[in-house]
Amino acid sequence: MSAHGHADGHLPHDPEKATLEGRNKILGFWLFLGAETVLFGTLFSAYLALRHNVLDGPHPAELFQLPMVFAATMILLTSSLTSVFAVQALHHHKVKAMINWLIVTIVLGLGFLGLEIYEFYHYVQEGHGFTTSAFSSSFYTLVGFHGAHVAFGVLWIGLLIGQIFKKGLTVVTAPKIYVSAIYWHFIDVVWVFIFTVVYLMGKVG
Amino acid sequence: MAAHAHTVKRYKGLMDWLTTVDHKKIGILYLIAGFFFFLIGGLEAILIRIQLARPMQNVVGEETFNQLLTMHGTTMIFLAAMPMLFALMNAVIPLQIGARDVAFPFLNSLGFWTFFFGGVLLNLSWFAGAVPDAGWTAYATLSGPTYNPGHGIDYYVIGLQIAGIGTLLGGINFMATIINMRAPGLSFMRLPMFTWAIFITSALIVFAFPVLTVGLVALMFDRLFQANFFEPGTGGNSVLWEHIFWVFGHPEVYILILPAFGVISDVVSTFSRKRLFGYSSMVFATVLIAFLGFMVWAHHMFTTGLGPVANGLFSIATMLIAVPTGVKIFNWLFTLWGGSIRFTTASMFAIGFIPTFVMGGVTGVMLASAPADFQYHDSYFVVAHFHYVIVGGLIFGIFAGLHYWWPKMFGRMLNEGLGKLTFWTFFIGFHLTFFVQHFLGLLGMPRRVATYLPYQGFDTMNLISTIGAFLMGIGTIVFLINVFTTWAKPRNATGDAWEDGRTLEWSIPSPPPEYNFKQTPLVRGYDAWWKEKMEGKTEMIPAEPVGSIHMPSPSILPLIMSIGLFIAGFGFMYNQLIVAGIGLAITFGCMLLRSVFDDHGFHIEPEDQDKGVHV
Repeated sequence: MSAHGHADGHLPHDPEKATLEGRNKILGFWLFLGAETVLFGTLFSAYLALRHNVLDGPHPAELFQLPMVFAATMILLTSSLTSVFAVQALHHHKVKAMINWLIVTIVLGLGFLGLEIYEFYHYVQEGHGFTTSAFSSSFYTLVGFHGAHVAFGVLWIGLLIGQIFKKGLTVVTAPKIYVSAIYWHFIDVVWVFIFTVVYLMGKVG
Repeated sequence: MAAHAHTVKRYKGLMDWLTTVDHKKIGILYLIAGFFFFLIGGLEAILIRIQLARPMQNVVGEETFNQLLTMHGTTMIFLAAMPMLFALMNAVIPLQIGARDVAFPFLNSLGFWTFFFGGVLLNLSWFAGAVPDAGWTAYATLSGPTYNPGHGIDYYVIGLQIAGIGTLLGGINFMATIINMRAPGLSFMRLPMFTWAIFITSALIVFAFPVLTVGLVALMFDRLFQANFFEPGTGGNSVLWEHIFWVFGHPEVYILILPAFGVISDVVSTFSRKRLFGYSSMVFATVLIAFLGFMVWAHHMFTTGLGPVANGLFSIATMLIAVPTGVKIFNWLFTLWGGSIRFTTASMFAIGFIPTFVMGGVTGVMLASAPADFQYHDSYFVVAHFHYVIVGGLIFGIFAGLHYWWPKMFGRMLNEGLGKLTFWTFFIGFHLTFFVQHFLGLLGMPRRVATYLPYQGFDTMNLISTIGAFLMGIGTIVFLINVFTTWAKPRNATGDAWEDGRTLEWSIPSPPPEYNFKQTPLVRGYDAWWKEKMEGKTEMIPAEPVGSIHMPSPSILPLIMSIGLFIAGFGFMYNQLIVAGIGLAITFGCMLLRSVFDDHGFHIEPEDQDKGVHV
């Protein structure tokens, strides 16, 4: 373990892949995201199977407000871009720029979460509660699982920013930043599918 | 590096086992816990057979019978079979690929403890007086809040979710290990067949278990938070549960059987003293079985009413699986053909496996025919079929693997006489129990029913079946006696304990030192160790000089994280959200600690390596 490798100022070019531990972490994380893909795939399937069973609750077409969802989508997509900038800064060993981009990322993530909480609150006011119908249960489970992933990502990246302040950028901390960025892109991709399958398809039928 | 050596507290005794991240010790923990649950599941099976020994009996009562059959299936699959497979994986895979540990030792420990506490939670239902009773498949709406208002199914959904985390972590860990940590020269097409099987099994775990997790979460939401996934009255769809369960459930069958195929391949090849016949076709067949395994789930649902097109397609896809499986059977036979076969206990279990599994496979193809399945469905024919593949396949494979690798795991040879007694009692007991059940099914005896009327032609065969179950119980007890008497003997197994070892695990001492390989070996071909022996060498060619070896530190956090989930599970179940919050806080708190405090590990210096750091 060359946790002290940076002490003499020589951080390798790809610090996240410099050690076997780092390479294992990145590979293992990709495999974990494979499992997450199946998890969300199943949630999507359940939603698609149940989305027409609205019972007495509001219909998706009258419930969803596309402008706000579109704003949330743009915020999340932008946060993916800023996390790319953070990883580029990591590769150039620009610790300060990296931290700044990570902060922008979690601020955008929090903005997204704020909009989502407002959206859910609004839906409940309109009689679309978790227990209203099979549609509502599967809607809140799918979108809520995604929201929980965003919340976890915000806390995780926040924690990593703290660690970078304390420990600096090393071959131990670099893989953590890198996998958190992969994670963030993943939840972004999931959202693109939610936007399409839940909101756009909900509007047209 | 010595200048950077960190001092790490090394524990002894019980604390050593609670904090270990060593794959060899975790393998032993999986074996002990898995075998414990195997005994519980076996006891449940014996009670079921006592109840069914004669017509119109009321030994355990109908409610208890439903609980017994549910817990028997759930325990055997999730808490006995899979952990015993994980035991073999942990004990053998890093050794077979020339690695010093798995990719994620900490997660390995976490996987064990989550499995263990999930299993304990599920089984505590017996003491809570609310036992799952909707079958191991927990079909909605029988398992939903309307028709099952007690806490029984809550234990099922929460226990399996916690145990499932451990399984998923194990799958990811072994995939990453096999991809990233192979010794120099050990290309994929030189991997031992057991390693290949575990690699593919791990991929199945990674892509199948999340489906079950979603199903369990949805059912839990239905039960605890009044969601409507599977409740038809509020727009839910109970057939959705069947789909979700079997999209997971069918790959699960291959998660169970592929490792057994791997064990049998290694054992047959070792004790025939021959290279495995058709190695590359074996690899291809394994991959193909796994791939097709995801495309056949609806053959469990032929009678649900999906229509002739769906039934036809799933019928054909299912029959296709017989082709790669047949390739494997013939490869084993051709490996045995012309070999100088040694009839050790391990090889007897392997040889007994082949015809038994073929019988299970043949009834599988019979069941794959949708029109015929309408006759077999929910009868004892199905019970006979899946016990032939799971007990006759998987459990024989596990017994073969345990007898084969026991000296490598513990440094002591199991007694061959007692081993052969285990084989014959278990083998004969197994066929006595389940062979007649084919005919009981064809005569129309329904499965999952607590009793039957006399004079339908069921009486004698049920009695035979019960006698067979007792014989299997005796076989298991003989195995336990063997284990305990072996315990008392000196640890004198040699590194190449069977003298015919072919793969890397036999090139190092039994049991291996903490760091497995003093020097990472250089692999020069398939059956790496056999190749060196045939060239007259007594050890592997090293791929690195002797040096300081880096080891991960032990940690108590995995245990505490799992206890946190265990507490949270009870909190959710009994609607004590504060308790649930405390449990989750413990788990996430440990995650936080793990992230904030780096594990620097420690080093074993060359001068300490010769002292033979014991397991």
